[in-house]
Amino acid sequence: MLGFLLRRLLYMIPTVFLVSVVTFIIIQLPPGDYLDTLAAEMSDSGGLDEGTMQALTEQYGLGQPIYVQYYKWMSGILLDGNFGISFERNLPVNDLIWDRLGWTFTISILTLLFIWAVALPIGIYSAVRKYSVGDYAATFFGFIGLAVPNFLLALVMMYVAFKYFGQSVGGLVSPEYLEEPWSWEKFVDLLKHIWMPIVVVGTSGAAALIRIMRANLLDELYRPYVVTARAKGMSEFQLLLRYPVRVALNPFVSTIGWILPTLVSGEIIVAVVMNLPTTGPLLLRALLVQDMYLAGSLILIVSLLTVLGTLISDLLLAWIDPRIRYQ
Amino acid sequence: MTSVTENIPVDNEPQAPELLGPRALMWRKFRRHRIAYFSLWIVGIIYFIALFGDFVAPQAHDERNRRAIFAPPQGIHFIVEEEDGSRHFQIHARRLQMEIDRATMRRTYEEDPNDIIPLGFFVEGHEYDLLWMIPSNTHLFGPVDADDHVYFFGSDRLGRDILSRIIIGTKISMSIGLVGVAISLIVGVTLGGISGYYGGWIDNIIQRLIEFIRSIPTIPLWMGLAAAIPLDWPPLRTYFVVTIIVSMIGWTSLAREVRGKFLSLRNEDFITAARLDGLTDWQVIRKHMVPSFSSHIIASLTLAVPLMILAETSLSFLGIGLQPPIVSWGTLLKEAQNIRTIIEAPWLLIAPGTMIVIAVLALNFLGDGLRDAADPHAH
Amino acid sequence: MPLTHMPTDMNSIPAPEGLPLVEMRGLKTHFFTDDGIVKAVEGVDLDVYSNRTLCILGESGCGKSIMARSILRIVDNPGRITAGCIVYRAADGQTIDLAKARPGSKELREVRGQDISMIFQEPMSSLGPITKIGKQIVETILLHRDMNKAEAKEAAIELLDRVGIPKPAERFEAYPFELSGGMRQRAMIAMALSCQPRLLIADEPTTALDVTTQAQILDLIAELKEEFQMGVMLITHDLGVVAEVAEDVAVMYMGKVVEKGDVYSIFENPQHPYTRALLQSVPRIGAEKRSRLPAIRGMVPHPLARPSGCTFRTRCDSFMPGICDQRQPALKPKGDSEVACFLHSEEVSHD
Repeated sequence: MLGFLLRRLLYMIPTVFLVSVVTFIIIQLPPGDYLDTLAAEMSDSGGLDEGTMQALTEQYGLGQPIYVQYYKWMSGILLDGNFGISFERNLPVNDLIWDRLGWTFTISILTLLFIWAVALPIGIYSAVRKYSVGDYAATFFGFIGLAVPNFLLALVMMYVAFKYFGQSVGGLVSPEYLEEPWSWEKFVDLLKHIWMPIVVVGTSGAAALIRIMRANLLDELYRPYVVTARAKGMSEFQLLLRYPVRVALNPFVSTIGWILPTLVSGEIIVAVVMNLPTTGPLLLRALLVQDMYLAGSLILIVSLLTVLGTLISDLLLAWIDPRIRYQ
Repeated sequence: MTSVTENIPVDNEPQAPELLGPRALMWRKFRRHRIAYFSLWIVGIIYFIALFGDFVAPQAHDERNRRAIFAPPQGIHFIVEEEDGSRHFQIHARRLQMEIDRATMRRTYEEDPNDIIPLGFFVEGHEYDLLWMIPSNTHLFGPVDADDHVYFFGSDRLGRDILSRIIIGTKISMSIGLVGVAISLIVGVTLGGISGYYGGWIDNIIQRLIEFIRSIPTIPLWMGLAAAIPLDWPPLRTYFVVTIIVSMIGWTSLAREVRGKFLSLRNEDFITAARLDGLTDWQVIRKHMVPSFSSHIIASLTLAVPLMILAETSLSFLGIGLQPPIVSWGTLLKEAQNIRTIIEAPWLLIAPGTMIVIAVLALNFLGDGLRDAADPHAH
Repeated sequence: MPLTHMPTDMNSIPAPEGLPLVEMRGLKTHFFTDDGIVKAVEGVDLDVYSNRTLCILGESGCGKSIMARSILRIVDNPGRITAGCIVYRAADGQTIDLAKARPGSKELREVRGQDISMIFQEPMSSLGPITKIGKQIVETILLHRDMNKAEAKEAAIELLDRVGIPKPAERFEAYPFELSGGMRQRAMIAMALSCQPRLLIADEPTTALDVTTQAQILDLIAELKEEFQMGVMLITHDLGVVAEVAEDVAVMYMGKVVEKGDVYSIFENPQHPYTRALLQSVPRIGAEKRSRLPAIRGMVPHPLARPSGCTFRTRCDSFMPGICDQRQPALKPKGDSEVACFLHSEEVSHD
């Protein structure tokens, strides 16, 4: 197990490196460099401070070869945890992002739990009662869930909630709680709001997982070892859970690896529509005004956390499937 | 024992079921999948609309009308009642009467049952080039008088016809899927094939690359790349760059599938036999390996198209993919971005949204049916 | 060893004593596929006695496996028992018709694994792939025997030891993929025997194993049969195996028993043309000449295209037009065995 962990950690190094390179490329993509923009900004607001400019030029290695700039940017992050400055707001990126990242991942992980809670029982039911009414209903729901884009579902749900239930939409808490400290009432209010993004983000994932679970289980249901278990005199329910479901669960767990990136993606776009205080709107805004250090930092951290999540899912998989552990 | 009679007459021998070729078997299995077969027709119709959009659309998609801003969808009626009480058949719509509430600045529309707009098939309207070549002004369906306006799916904030815009948008949205899939196909099959056929370190590098691409959340990455497209680029260039961005991830699953097939086929006896017969690598791949998994490829390609459509729609919706004046389903939905607009004019959301869902559903069902048909061992 | 060790001594086998453990009468198991009905088992009458080994002999696809699975009611969909009965006589003398028991019912589950247990062809795929061997055995014990977990574990280790697995306490913690094929099949046998069944059904238990291991496994089964005084139904297409271990033999062809009797009468005096052809197709050490090994002519007909009359007539050297293709021959006594062939019925004399 330890060897497996070390090997996986080693595999992560090139991935992390590539992520940082890609992010850096994205930061560099818009024409002009950071300093020009900042200079323009400063002269607009009146004071062009030569000293600040000098310091920034030094800090980011601006005007120097691209790999020096990359090195300066990376070492700032790695050594000082300094992600740079958001020029639009004139604040360190660090001050802006962590709360929002926290919410993004809270919602993504809650969504993952929601997806599991929905997809596991429905997927099992669908496979065991193949071609029953329930199976067809699940299949139909699955296809619809995959066909409706996240943001469209978000819009439809907001419309329905507003039009027929008169519920305030957007945000994670009602406006009156925004500035309040955390309290029981605020928490309840949060629960009243947070279910909607979770359901919206989770629908397509749940649909996909139901189909995966169904297919996996169908592959296992007619294996000889199931017949063996039946011949031992186990009841159908018992043997279902102890053998085929356990085996079918492995590919199911490994799907966390790819479902986490899609959840984070979905959360970002849904957050824009629903105006949630998460990474999405901040990232979109940063990209639209080309506040590239802020945008780059967000992309970098979101990607890294996702890679980390994938690693955790791999470890979980190795933990439940001895065959992988022993490879 | 008795002497051996070599050829026993087999007169009343029941025949074993007829053996069908693989293509015929697949087709038979596909036909049995009713929804998939139905979806094939839907997809066919959608691509027909994409090709002949100008002919199908009742109005020019960019024609503005200040007297029909946020006009609601109009119904189609069949029976006209004359003043003397007699009835006759005439497909028509009812003209809209607009009223503006000065206090709230809201428009309300009322259909006037006495003021009809006759509708017909193959009517004359605005001019266009059919298939970019043949000048024409005939339209499949619309008001008989070219000066009349009818909004079957309502109109937007500039009084443009949503139906016509959806029809024109079909061209962009559906072709992004096709072009994106073509790019995915080339990259995916090449890299997947190299990876699976040669194995070793090159396989390792390609696999790491695929893992890397798949482990990054796509939306932020796409957003980052798409946001870097300068706003002043010509529409065609934006279109291609967006397509490339969207297909960047689609090729990975295809490459994985091709690699898996290569790996499993490489050890099959019939491949070894072909090799021992002296065929070159390329001949083995072309004559024996590709035919045995081409149906899988077609199925996965079909399943990749809807993903691309959804990706384009999402990016354009956020305002960092295709930009107006390009009309796509995504840019149409961008009009319905805030809840106020949706409440005032829900058709801005419902009409293009339904279109996307239908297209994606049909493509998914079709791909699923093809995959089932291609796999003889599926349950 | 499995090949052609023909019984040469003339000790005849004593007739079975007491009432049969399992009586099958007119058993039919059909598969309702999209292309038609496959009649895998088409009217089988068989008796299985305790402390005797019954070998079911036949080519692949003749329905022997499905017949055996029908006893435990573990035939997969779309297969169903459509007619006949399978009467199981429990230790207390009570009888249950397994063919009519409700699927998944308690009475059926109590017979499975406890009174009648089964071992399968593929020891790898027949054991749960990600569950420890020991756990799978303990599970069976806990299902049927009145033991707590610690006792069950002790019993399981004892069983592993009994079936000849070295270091049983260590192997208890092993996963199936960590064991060799022979060891897996031993573990499988340990699991089948964990509740001291009265009948052991072995469905080609040695096919997936190499030759030396095959012999060891067969010896083990024979030994355990003596030890537990159980009935054994051994399904095989290997004549050597039959000669080695069988007391009774039934030969199946296309879902029917064409000949049955004790092992001596079948081997020394085969009556059915199919049995004769099967026996001739076995190579013998010290055969007179180096002639070509005779094979049975033709192919087994497609399961959806059963020949009319006698199903073997399309490959039979003694085909009699007008008789064999008109009616189906029934099993009738002939000497010490029973045979289903018109060559031996009174109405049509031949030879």
